[in-house]
Amino acid sequence: MPLPTSFLDSLTKVVRPKAVLTSPEDVIPYGFDGTAALRESPGAVVFPNNTEEVAACVRLASAHQIPVVTRGSGTGLSGGSVPTAGSLVLCLVELNSILNIDPRNLTLRAQSGVITQRIDEAAAPYGLFYPPDPGSLKISTIGGNVAENSGGLRGLKYGVTRDYVMGMEAVLPDGTIVRLGNACVKDVAGYSMKDLFIGSEGTLGIITEVLLKLLPRPAARKTLLAVFDRMEDAAETVSAIIAARIIPCTLEFLDRMTVNCVESYAKIGLPTDCDAVLLMETDGHPAAVAEEAEIMRELALKHHARSVRAANDEAEALSLAAARRNAFSALARIKPTTILEDITVPRSELAKMVAYIAQTAAAYKLQVGTFGHMGDGNLHPTFLTNERDQDEMKRVHEALEAIVEKALELGGTITGEHGVGIAKKPWLKKQLGDASYDLMRKIKAALDPQSLLNPGKIFN
Amino acid sequence: MHCGMCLPTCPTYETTRRERHSPRGRIALMRSVADAELTITKDFAEEMSYCLGCLACQTACPAGVQYGQLLEAARSDIETSQITATPVRSIWRTLTLRILFLNPPLLRLMGRMLRLYQKSGLQALVRRCGLTRLLPANLRRLEPQTPEVAPAFSDELIQPNEAASAPRYNVALLTGCVQDLVFSDINRDTVDVLLANACSVHTAPEQPCCGSLHAHNGELQLAATVAKRLMDLIPAERFDAIITNAGGCGSHLRHYATLLANDPAYAERAVLWDSKIRDIHEWLLEIGARPPVCPPFSEPVTVTYHDSCHLAHGQKVTKQPRDLLRKIPGVRFVELTEASWCCGSAGIYNITQPAQSADLLARKVGQIQKTGAQFLMQSNPGCHLQIARGLAESGSSIRVAQPVSILAQAYRQEAKQSAVSTSTNLQT
Ligand SMILES: Cc1cc2nc3c(=O)[nH]c(=O)nc-3n(C[C@H](O)[C@H](O)[C@H](O)COP(=O)(O)OP(=O)(O)OC[C@H]3O[C@@H](n4cnc5c(N)ncnc54)[C@H](O)[C@@H]3O)c2cc1C
Repeated sequence: MPLPTSFLDSLTKVVRPKAVLTSPEDVIPYGFDGTAALRESPGAVVFPNNTEEVAACVRLASAHQIPVVTRGSGTGLSGGSVPTAGSLVLCLVELNSILNIDPRNLTLRAQSGVITQRIDEAAAPYGLFYPPDPGSLKISTIGGNVAENSGGLRGLKYGVTRDYVMGMEAVLPDGTIVRLGNACVKDVAGYSMKDLFIGSEGTLGIITEVLLKLLPRPAARKTLLAVFDRMEDAAETVSAIIAARIIPCTLEFLDRMTVNCVESYAKIGLPTDCDAVLLMETDGHPAAVAEEAEIMRELALKHHARSVRAANDEAEALSLAAARRNAFSALARIKPTTILEDITVPRSELAKMVAYIAQTAAAYKLQVGTFGHMGDGNLHPTFLTNERDQDEMKRVHEALEAIVEKALELGGTITGEHGVGIAKKPWLKKQLGDASYDLMRKIKAALDPQSLLNPGKIFN
Repeated sequence: MHCGMCLPTCPTYETTRRERHSPRGRIALMRSVADAELTITKDFAEEMSYCLGCLACQTACPAGVQYGQLLEAARSDIETSQITATPVRSIWRTLTLRILFLNPPLLRLMGRMLRLYQKSGLQALVRRCGLTRLLPANLRRLEPQTPEVAPAFSDELIQPNEAASAPRYNVALLTGCVQDLVFSDINRDTVDVLLANACSVHTAPEQPCCGSLHAHNGELQLAATVAKRLMDLIPAERFDAIITNAGGCGSHLRHYATLLANDPAYAERAVLWDSKIRDIHEWLLEIGARPPVCPPFSEPVTVTYHDSCHLAHGQKVTKQPRDLLRKIPGVRFVELTEASWCCGSAGIYNITQPAQSADLLARKVGQIQKTGAQFLMQSNPGCHLQIARGLAESGSSIRVAQPVSILAQAYRQEAKQSAVSTSTNLQT
């Protein structure tokens, strides 16, 4: 749906004319994010160059009642940046400067379109470290990470994006520019407003700048890969490691289907006849790392691991971690459409949940590959299907329904890190209950009474 | 799958940060055309032409999307639609794709004429008199880049059959088109290296183009025609391997089975053909190439290596050329930053997309200069010409060569030395 010319004319006056795209060839590629089977072409796409331009675009959109869909790199997995018909996509990839690194306060200030990986790369020369590492870190934006409160492979020990956001600059739905939080380690001056915007999925404001907390870079790191003939043994190993009071930075697992797909892409010598692979990583002081790695190895073997391989060098460690990072995309080798879930359960319920997923897939005659963050209870059962096969898609939706119900029954959540977006919307109320759901809506209505920012995401 | 993992590896996306200039965006456009939501427009055609076809996205894609095939199909649809046809463009395409590159004797004749023109001093005269101003702008810009034609073509340097002294393998060599006209000495070097490694070499004196040029430019029918000619000329069942030393050709040569899948007479043979194609470096490592005893030059040299896109991403051959270089005594290998980032040659990309091509070349030259190497090694004539020109224009003395050439040079030194030692033995 094309946007009114009067609006587009004014838009080209607040940004460089070349920063506004409207032709079908230009805007069709902004019709989706990383989520399968969701597609809608926007009316136009704009690339603001600085915060003032963002604010000007938002003011114009507000005056013309044009919905605004903020976008980073479009790698989201819940449909958060999929446009609504007739919307303006505000793409922030040109806000891509790292503004300042402060080694005395251990902070880094960056514009929101900076690619996630660059943050840690910029910190490294100062001996500093930005831990959150979503699988998509080579291309996702830091703004997208904050808006989704993304997790990563190191979540178990280091937490998620929220734990590193000290402050931000954001543009509100009426075009006001606000600064929230600051570089102080302690700060209780009023509501923690920054926290409201973390994980808000572009529905409350547009994050234009972030102030991030950095940590000292760990001196050593050890990566291990354990291979199991039974999934239960992998799960038991995880429990045993945690019971041994070790907090590794990474405890990730891949099931048989996922291992097969990853191996056929990466060719790093993963055994394709095992039931589960566990990627384990510990970092910190060299002596502690060596000791923890040894204990983890012993615990895996004690729980019937077929083998435990230790990465010999940094390159091998990276290739093992990369194998896990590519799990989701690699699953698409089997069937054209991959529909993935993001349920999370308390760690004690993990084994039950994993078993239930396998049963459900079998009952609905579906192919599923499961991988995820075993250390924090976050699972990604991924259905391998074909969106053009209506009968199978119906069964996929029924199976998803069953799995989500089960997760809630076990005290879990419908999404651990990908956000609600469009994909998880149907279950949000069920998880929150009426009162909390209404509270959330009230907040949205208070900040964005016109429902201008990312309408139809999180709730209708 | 549209996860976006390809985006950071795409040179055109990196330059523009617009989705349509990324593999994911281009595939979305192709899909819209397939779903009849978009017709083939000029803009669509331009986008497909802006793609380098470097296939870096294919290496990055965990889902195994065969982007190269999608791109070729889209370019073929564009040609069929005639949307970009202009009289001048049609004449050029007919002249090159349908006449010159379908007719090897004619191509060599052209080469001979060009050689005469260059050697006789006529080229220098034309340039001095400013007659090149008569050329259309696009060609005038490129005229100074006209490669120097080799003094002799492959068939003048290589016998149709050359036997190794104690042969273990029987291989056929593909001489290529540009490689044959401009770098026939590299073909000779390739034969020498094969002979030194117990491979008897058959080199058909007159070979048709492999069709990669046609396939990349949307002429799949013609590509199939030349593929069949080449398969008839070099029966795959007679050889242990069919060797190619040009990355761009090799990447296309190993996909005849896809190209000819619907051709009942050739489909099955094409599968065998594909299984016999080997890049020279790949083959040498497979058969356990013998490290030369002597260094190639009297002084030690430092070399670095640029991955040609179609060797690295199209054929996944990245380790072997480096391993080979490391085997040569007197040669120190240093890694090149962004070695597998396209140099901007990309077939005829430097003609069709001069600005983007120049940017990529400048970036490549900058990285090469940082290595401190005396030689830049690569294995594709397009990259060879492009990078050599870039280095020369920036006043650098770094020389461009193929790994087989310094390997051949080392074997030659070895032969020389053993000749000297036998003659001294005889004297005493
Ligand atoms: C292969 C792959 C692996 C992944 N692995 C992980 C993982 O391990 N952990 C994880 O948590 N996620 C993962 N993801 C999901 C995704 O990468 C993250 O959600 C990421 O943070 C999205 O960043 P983006 O820049 O692509 O944002 P987009 O997809 O463009 O946007 C995501 C949401 O944020 C909003 N948004 C974006 N930028 C801003 C801004 N500046 N201000 C306000 N709102 C904004 C959008 O409106 C949208 O709702 C993965 C995705 C892929 C494809």
